[in-house]
Amino acid sequence: MRSPRDDGRWTRRILIGLALGFLTIFLFVPLIFVFVEGLKKGIDVYLAAIVEPDAVAAIKLTLLTAAIAVPLNLVFGVAAAWAIAKFRFPGKNVLVTLIDLPFSVSPVIAGLIFVLIFGLQGWFGAWLSDHDTKVIFAVPGIVLATVFVTFPFVARELIPLMQAQGNEQEEAATVLGARGWQTFWRITLPNIKWGLLYGVILCNARAMGEFGAVSVVSGHIRGVTNTLPLHVEILYNEYQFAAAFACASVLALLALVTLALKQFIEGRSHHEHRAS
Amino acid sequence: MTDHALRVARAFDGDGARLLDAKPVRRKRVVLPGFGLSLGFTIVYLSLIVLIPLSAAFIKTASLTWPAFWNIVTAPRVLASYRLTFGASFAAALVNVVFGFVVAWVLVRYRFPGRKLVDALVDLPFALPTAVAGIALTGLFAGNGWFGSLLAPLGIKVAFTPLGVFVALTFIGLPFVVRTVQPVLEGLPRELEEASTTLGAPGIETFRRVVLPIVLPSLITGFALAFARAIGEYGSVIFIAGNMPMVSEITPLLIITKLEQYDYTGATAIAVVMLVVSFVLLLAINGLQAWTRKRQGQS
Repeated sequence: MRSPRDDGRWTRRILIGLALGFLTIFLFVPLIFVFVEGLKKGIDVYLAAIVEPDAVAAIKLTLLTAAIAVPLNLVFGVAAAWAIAKFRFPGKNVLVTLIDLPFSVSPVIAGLIFVLIFGLQGWFGAWLSDHDTKVIFAVPGIVLATVFVTFPFVARELIPLMQAQGNEQEEAATVLGARGWQTFWRITLPNIKWGLLYGVILCNARAMGEFGAVSVVSGHIRGVTNTLPLHVEILYNEYQFAAAFACASVLALLALVTLALKQFIEGRSHHEHRAS
Repeated sequence: MTDHALRVARAFDGDGARLLDAKPVRRKRVVLPGFGLSLGFTIVYLSLIVLIPLSAAFIKTASLTWPAFWNIVTAPRVLASYRLTFGASFAAALVNVVFGFVVAWVLVRYRFPGRKLVDALVDLPFALPTAVAGIALTGLFAGNGWFGSLLAPLGIKVAFTPLGVFVALTFIGLPFVVRTVQPVLEGLPRELEEASTTLGAPGIETFRRVVLPIVLPSLITGFALAFARAIGEYGSVIFIAGNMPMVSEITPLLIITKLEQYDYTGATAIAVVMLVVSFVLLLAINGLQAWTRKRQGQS
């Protein structure tokens, strides 16, 4: 009698073939294609597309946006997880659902709502133009839209983690006379560091790669309000395919680095989980 | 301690009652600091970034009369965009249920070279910016692309047709089913299947009667997550869709088109319809996830 683990040699071969075939068509080939198209006209054209001033400006804006959005959502994530995991209060489940809300909102709508508030016809439109300030079609709008779409990443990683870890260690520290921040820095932070890093990496990948929400509020001003994904779109629409794919390959590399770090962190936290 | 007991205690011994009154038993738990600060910050930040901006869409739409709202959100071009968005999202999520299950099964059950790499790359659609996915799929499926040139002799056009929308949404939704089913399969007790086969049930029967009922909640959850993501998707779709009104125009693009024509009211009305659908889906997904956990707890 054969063991059910074997499933039969042919079943096994067919299933592996199906899975790899599907992933090859939808994942592996598109990923490789980005690099092949980017390098099609040679390494010189590839590098030129990346160091060209508009591309550099787009890379800088992308980095700036992530540098603002990620720390903001990091602080929020830690605060939210502390309140939700360490204390009991009514309405907690509603709060957790509300934190997840931005994930279920279309990126386009994420951009639209900020236009409704800060756009020329919006709530603060008149006030902003009186004070000669621009939010929409300017950098602040891009940052706001990015903060919105990356809002839940750190919080949703930390909440279940801190809930699973419980309060015993922090309570012991408090009883022994540790002050609040001391307890946080010495006890909580070391316990959640991998989960925190995991959330930050995913948050950062989305912040740098966001397209829809940013597209609505950016205004697409070359060299000024174009992030790297928007720059890719413009190049593509101008039929500068090699340049578009060259810039896209920079973003694809970012995605690969993100996945590698994610894998590394999963390994580490799994390892520590076992050790403890 | 009940009020009655306290009153009785007070009648006998004023001081003791006051002590009991001031220190209820549960106060013995150590209270960690920072509740007010962390919850206060959470609620203020949530309101400023998410709740107030989202309410702007509803407030803007509330200025419309009901018939005016209805006219906007049921205009033929808008209805055609719903059909495409929801139809393609549904089809893509369904394909992901089938292949996502196969991928999860293969990753959990079989050992083959490169398994770990494949496992890591399944998350690529989460990490790859949607615009990059969009231009890559368009390039591949265009008439002269690697895949497009293979399909052209068969008379199948993918890029710049509704089929292209389906392809992009399949890519976007790929990790959801795999990642919801995988942990359930990992936790599936082998003994169940072994018992079933030992008792003489053929492989298919064992799968249908033993495996499928256990993974079903996670399959449905994965479907709902992929579907919810797909209906709002923009970046990966607009390059490959062709964006022809009434034919290959998705609802999020229609919102942008209206915005670019300064029709803020129209754009917002359609956005509100999408938001309501998304919120209903979010609640359904929460319910489904609770169901999955319950089922896992039982098995």
